[in-house]
Amino acid sequence: MSDDAKSLAPSRRQFLTGAAAAGAGAVAAGAARAAAPDPLITEVQDWASGLGEGVDATPYGLPIKYESDVVRRNVEWLTADTISSINFTPIHALDGTITPQGCAFERHHSGAIELRKEDYRLMINGLVGTPLVFTYEDLERFPRENRVYFCECAANSGMEWAGAQLNGAQFTHGMIHNMEYSGVSLRTLLEEAGVKPEGKWVYVEGADASSNGRSIPLEKAMDDVLVAFKANGEALRKEHGYPVRLVVPGWEGNMWIKWLRRVEGVDQPVESREGTSKYTDTLANGISRKWTWEMDAKSVVTSPSPQAPIKHGAGPLVITGLAWSGRGAVTGVDVSLDGGKNWTEARLAAPGTDKALTRFYLDINWDGSEMLLQSRAKDSSGYVQPTKAQLREVRGLNSIYHNNAIQTWWVKANGEAENVEVS
Amino acid sequence: MSRFPNRLNNRAEGSARPRAESEAPAQGGGRALPGLSAGRNILLAVSLTALGAGPVAAEKFGLGRPALPEEIAAWDLDVASDGTGLPAGSGDVFTGEEVFAEKCAVCHGDFAEGVGNWPKLAGGQGTLDHEDPLKTVGSYWPYLSTTWDYVNRSMPFGNAQSLTPDEVYAIVAYILYSNDLVDDEFVLSDETFLEVELPNADGFILDDRQEAEKHFWNPEPCMENCKDSVEITMRAMVLDVTPEEEGAEAAAETPAGAPAGDAAPVQDAAAEQPAEEPVQTAAVLDPELVAQGEKTFKKCKACHQVGDGAKSKTGPVLNGIVGAPAGHAEGFRYSKAMAAAAEDGLVWTEAELAAFLAKPKSYMKGTKMSFAGLKKDSDIEAVIAYLQSYSQ
Repeated sequence: MSDDAKSLAPSRRQFLTGAAAAGAGAVAAGAARAAAPDPLITEVQDWASGLGEGVDATPYGLPIKYESDVVRRNVEWLTADTISSINFTPIHALDGTITPQGCAFERHHSGAIELRKEDYRLMINGLVGTPLVFTYEDLERFPRENRVYFCECAANSGMEWAGAQLNGAQFTHGMIHNMEYSGVSLRTLLEEAGVKPEGKWVYVEGADASSNGRSIPLEKAMDDVLVAFKANGEALRKEHGYPVRLVVPGWEGNMWIKWLRRVEGVDQPVESREGTSKYTDTLANGISRKWTWEMDAKSVVTSPSPQAPIKHGAGPLVITGLAWSGRGAVTGVDVSLDGGKNWTEARLAAPGTDKALTRFYLDINWDGSEMLLQSRAKDSSGYVQPTKAQLREVRGLNSIYHNNAIQTWWVKANGEAENVEVS
Repeated sequence: MSRFPNRLNNRAEGSARPRAESEAPAQGGGRALPGLSAGRNILLAVSLTALGAGPVAAEKFGLGRPALPEEIAAWDLDVASDGTGLPAGSGDVFTGEEVFAEKCAVCHGDFAEGVGNWPKLAGGQGTLDHEDPLKTVGSYWPYLSTTWDYVNRSMPFGNAQSLTPDEVYAIVAYILYSNDLVDDEFVLSDETFLEVELPNADGFILDDRQEAEKHFWNPEPCMENCKDSVEITMRAMVLDVTPEEEGAEAAAETPAGAPAGDAAPVQDAAAEQPAEEPVQTAAVLDPELVAQGEKTFKKCKACHQVGDGAKSKTGPVLNGIVGAPAGHAEGFRYSKAMAAAAEDGLVWTEAELAAFLAKPKSYMKGTKMSFAGLKKDSDIEAVIAYLQSYSQ
């Protein structure tokens, strides 16, 4: 900011103070007449007079400081240490469907490592004709694909099984992101190594100290799994597995191995820690489901929500949210304002695509009365997102993972919202 | 998996991929495969011949290189539930107790009971159908191979892949003992491995959602008058476990309906607060060395915190450690060895710290710090400089 511009500041502030008081009175009246001319219009503002920042001030840009509260957040009491932990995407403050990498949730088991492309190796071994080693450059020479997919942690909404607990869409539903991936089909690499049909599974593992590994049926590995090195057009961020991660469309995020270093053809699944002691769903009778890979259809209203209250009072209101399904495309989303008694079909911003986030809107004229806001996703397999009661009826309260129940926000007359459960 | 060959055949027929196998030149050096080595060519030819024209004969690009046996041996460490992949070796419960106390107990407790939020490895049998099941190796894990494999490849936290096979066998034997699954005479080895069956081996079923939850596939859900009444049955605000919102709070304090421009000064103030900077105790510290030390400190971060708001975690808080008497972190449970050294008046001078960081276990037998040590003197110097940059 130049000295000239600075000298304008005091008068601007004086006028703003007056405008705030005038503005407050006009809230309820909607498109009411202004009591006094708006100084933001009538006064020459410093940004309209002085100069802004030059190019190259920030060679790789970050969001403007006014958006500094739109960040990933962690729930400290969930885990022992941030190195083996998870945080949450600020979905309450985003729109559209693509999640910027910089605020897309992170899940590490032994921290986000720094692995140079030059030091990167991918090994394909086991039940293949020729075990192979690829460098990063090798991967770039295979035919490439671009696909948009959501990645959801199986534990997303996991703290909500026993009741409404965390007050914000970021915390209840933020273990999700949706990116456009560029990479090579895993099938291409397996074929290059001459995968043998008697290998019914592949075991995939990461290069970090946790050596997170999961077993994936060969059928899935040969279907739509990607070995990705770009997300949203740029290199993967460190926290998302730079330089190479696995993309396992529609399946739980734990299988999306970051820093992918090895794919092994095996004739039986490797019963890894992550696939047995974790990411298995315990039912009420103590028996646990395993291999629950698909993420079922789910949706949430992102605004209004506890972190995104209505501040404008009655009148036109945009209700918006996200919907997704690991079993196909979202075909529709219903929204209820009365806790599930009556439903209205929301407008999809674009037709749902396979295993990717869909944005929905319901534009209403809010009368200023309380609402119990819910959304309900439907997918191309005919699945309809269940209520929490329906889920509990089958699974009990101890499943931890795969909670895809309908979420309720209690929006009060003052516009504030709260995470609640309803009968 | 019966669909597998079909899928590939379909692909081969309908594929618009750039280069089908039939188009690739039989010998290297051709246009399509520049730079392909003769050696690799032979391997390709052999594998193709051996496997015939079946599913594996899909297109090849001649990229990558054959993995060497030594490389496969170094990375292919996973162990199957039938014991495939286990190296030869053995370890008994008593040895396991010692190794566990030294390398694992700092997080998992002396009796595998878990410290704080770190995983409990023992107990919980019979709780899986209770309100709050305790899932441990003894109560939940179906396969012993999983425990062996995980300890071998991923533990200790912050020093993975540092255990010998015998140590892993011993640790796993001790975990079994802690769960009352073997007696104290037990020796676990690649030969006795399959004798052990974990209690919850039969406690799992395959995903049955498409059967058990068939009623969720309901293409025409109710749209109107779907229930008689709606009552709020539970509220998150009552629990109050949601983290505070710092940034958003400032925004929420803005009076509703105020012009957008008014919110800017409020958030401005928050955004422009100076970033926390380390308090420099000695002006002589070389900033570059401190920066280098900060990088090296990543190796320590799994257990130690330093800086504003730092607390003791797995390891003690390190604010003001340089020049402080040993055992200075209040409330931290030091090892017996460290407590004894503190009694004897050990002070963490730069020289003492340097010696400790080089080889923690040799410097202080019995320390809880399960870290192999910093090999490079330059790293040690840098880390000490970094620690010095944080006073009390």
